[in-house]
Amino acid sequence: MLWQEEDTRPYECDGLTAYRRLPMVVALPETDAQVQRILQTCHALGVPVVPRGAGTGLSGGALPPGDGVLLSLAKFTRVVRVDPLARIAVVQPGVRNAAISDVSAPFGLYYAPDPSSQIACSIGGNVAENSGGVHCLKYGLTVHNVLRVRGYSIEGVAVDFGSEALDSPGLDLLALAIGSEGLLAVTTEVTVKLLPKPEAARVIMASFDDVRKAGDAVAAVIGAGIIPAGLEMMDRPATHAVEQFVHAGYDLDAVAILLCESDGSAAEVEDEIARMKQVLEAAGATRLAVSRDDAERLRFWSGRKAAFPAVGRISPDYYCMDGTIPKKRLGEMLNFIGTLEKKYGLRCPNVFHAGDGNLHPLILFDANDPAQLKRTEEFASEVMEKCVEVGGTITGEHGVGVEKIDQMCAQFSAGELEIFHAIKRAYDAKGLLNPGKAVPALSRCAEFGRKHVKTGVQSHAGLPRF
Amino acid sequence: MNPQEFQERIREAAGRGAAVRIRGGGTKDFYGNAARGELLDTRSHAGVVAYEPTELVMTARCGTPLREIQEILGEKNQMLAFEPPHFGPAATLGGCVAAGLSGPRRASAGAVRDFVLGTKIIDGRGQALAFGGQVMKNVAGYDVSRLLAGSLGTLGLILEVSLKVLPRPAAEATLRLELPQARALESLNRWAGQPLPISASAWLDGELALRLSGSPGALRAAAEKIGGEELERSVAQGYWIGIREQTDPFFAGDVPLWRLSLPSHAAQIELPGAQLIEWGGALRWLKTNADAVTVRSATARAGGHATLFRAGDKPEGAFTALTPVLARLHRGLKAVFDPAGILNPGRMSAEF
Repeated sequence: MLWQEEDTRPYECDGLTAYRRLPMVVALPETDAQVQRILQTCHALGVPVVPRGAGTGLSGGALPPGDGVLLSLAKFTRVVRVDPLARIAVVQPGVRNAAISDVSAPFGLYYAPDPSSQIACSIGGNVAENSGGVHCLKYGLTVHNVLRVRGYSIEGVAVDFGSEALDSPGLDLLALAIGSEGLLAVTTEVTVKLLPKPEAARVIMASFDDVRKAGDAVAAVIGAGIIPAGLEMMDRPATHAVEQFVHAGYDLDAVAILLCESDGSAAEVEDEIARMKQVLEAAGATRLAVSRDDAERLRFWSGRKAAFPAVGRISPDYYCMDGTIPKKRLGEMLNFIGTLEKKYGLRCPNVFHAGDGNLHPLILFDANDPAQLKRTEEFASEVMEKCVEVGGTITGEHGVGVEKIDQMCAQFSAGELEIFHAIKRAYDAKGLLNPGKAVPALSRCAEFGRKHVKTGVQSHAGLPRF
Repeated sequence: MNPQEFQERIREAAGRGAAVRIRGGGTKDFYGNAARGELLDTRSHAGVVAYEPTELVMTARCGTPLREIQEILGEKNQMLAFEPPHFGPAATLGGCVAAGLSGPRRASAGAVRDFVLGTKIIDGRGQALAFGGQVMKNVAGYDVSRLLAGSLGTLGLILEVSLKVLPRPAAEATLRLELPQARALESLNRWAGQPLPISASAWLDGELALRLSGSPGALRAAAEKIGGEELERSVAQGYWIGIREQTDPFFAGDVPLWRLSLPSHAAQIELPGAQLIEWGGALRWLKTNADAVTVRSATARAGGHATLFRAGDKPEGAFTALTPVLARLHRGLKAVFDPAGILNPGRMSAEF
């Protein structure tokens, strides 16, 4: 247990540093029995509990409770077993995402979801956020790659969601648990599916002189019946930031670049790369570079995976958004972000999981200037609301946490939000697990609706205003 | 009926506390426990709402025939990758999602729930609600859409579903090998750990059928590695339809049919009767007159659960009982969506 300020200070925020709060107490249990005891005690005393993994989350999901226990699973770092025949790994929640693939590598296996923070983020956090990554178009998100989540309810009762079989009797509570942002249960063990490592993989770096053309190229690749292993886009400000940082070999003249990966057997990859090249050329690519070996492939990817820290070097602070939109609206969205850059006087490089329409615009700002922070928040909320307007979502993979809680009011009706609250109550009647995150109180939406009256239509008009 | 009429109907039934039996084409009436209540036929709410092949998303209304969906996707060389069983020409999309059953491609491609991106529903109060959306990645709010897959209509009437769709594989081939069960199970698990394009498997009576899907080059390389004899194309297609639709002779007759869902590497399950094994070992169909306790305890010991899939009657219940903590959560969730307990009562569990 940590309770002195010098010890609890490192836990005041997660990867979203704009929101900070000092926890009253930090608990660092090492065993299931200790987790159970902590939960039983907190439940009996009515003390809030916020679970935390590696603290790399980008939506403030692990922002501590000022009046409760921050429950860090950082000491749960054991790989319980890797079963190569069953192709599963049973790991504790503090095991790093990349470490699962490392321990599986001797068997020719790996864990597919690969968020950019994979060297640091933990599987428990991945489960809480339903993390994706750059290869999830083909291999799915956390929800597609986890077989079982084992943990404790807020009352301290042991619970298993899912099993080593492919389905379970009753409702799919595993699907509900994944992405529940630590509001429904505390995870102490995760069983993940492992996949055979593809025999070969190559990536094409395609340059475009126009962002819209790059967006159309994404649709063209998929329209040709190809599901690339990864399909990412970066605009010029992003490639320039990255290139200074990691020297990935990106085409700095391009207005946008696409990274388009193929994996599979050697024959499949040769065939697919040829087809991809053809489609990309036809879509107006100005330059194509195909990775010649695995070192070059990883170098191309290193830039994409280092995009956030690279941008962090060119600006005191950056604010990362996470909306997802239908791919066909990409061009429109980019134009919209361009106008907001002018409107708010802030720069915004863009990196996208283009294949699945998940955007990560990065607003550059200086948090020491309160006016800039305020402008940044307004910029971000305009982008998020635009995502909803074009048929998308405010968050593709980073979660709602505290950061996007107001925009939940734009995406969901009062009735839908009330269902979310009721689900929460079914699992946690006292509302002690990660309170105040992920789902806004209806009164908060009434307040939000009053501030955001658009074209004369007030959202949540049926709610009492305070 | 249109959605407003569905809403009124459910609201009115909730007021009276009268059970409503939600039903599409009725092709899966046999599945689960006996349904009761006044019939609410969803088939009038039909049609594809949106389909853009390059988005890999199709949105359609619950009453849309599954057959029609597959035809429309087929025209664009795409498919429902979870290969759902129809169990009759009247099968609807709503029924497919509510039943949550997936076909031969499940082990390699994923289940219904893996492809559900968003839903519009009417809950047990008659409220129209939307969850998820039309995009691949969406973590705003709890993943209610996936929860609805396999919920057997107990949480709401599924009005509309958005599904991720995928391109059809460039080529397919089916191999047949002679292998006793234990060796087949071992080989299937071993192959699944290698980069081989296996998209379906079925073992019966010492014969294993393997379907490969992918580029022609990948298929040739895999066939060389695995061996066996290749089935003629039309024979192979018919064979997999027979497995998916349970029209294969194995499924004929009146002996109760059990669905054992197991870890794929679980050893041979020693129970009386005949077995057909799919999903690389993770799905075992058992035709047996053995009693429910015997079947369920043997399956549980192997780490799985047993569903009495087709039988004259199901006095012990169709599904394996839940642990007390999960049963409590189920009751809680049922009350969230259907506080009056009127939607398909008894279909999933005697409790609700």
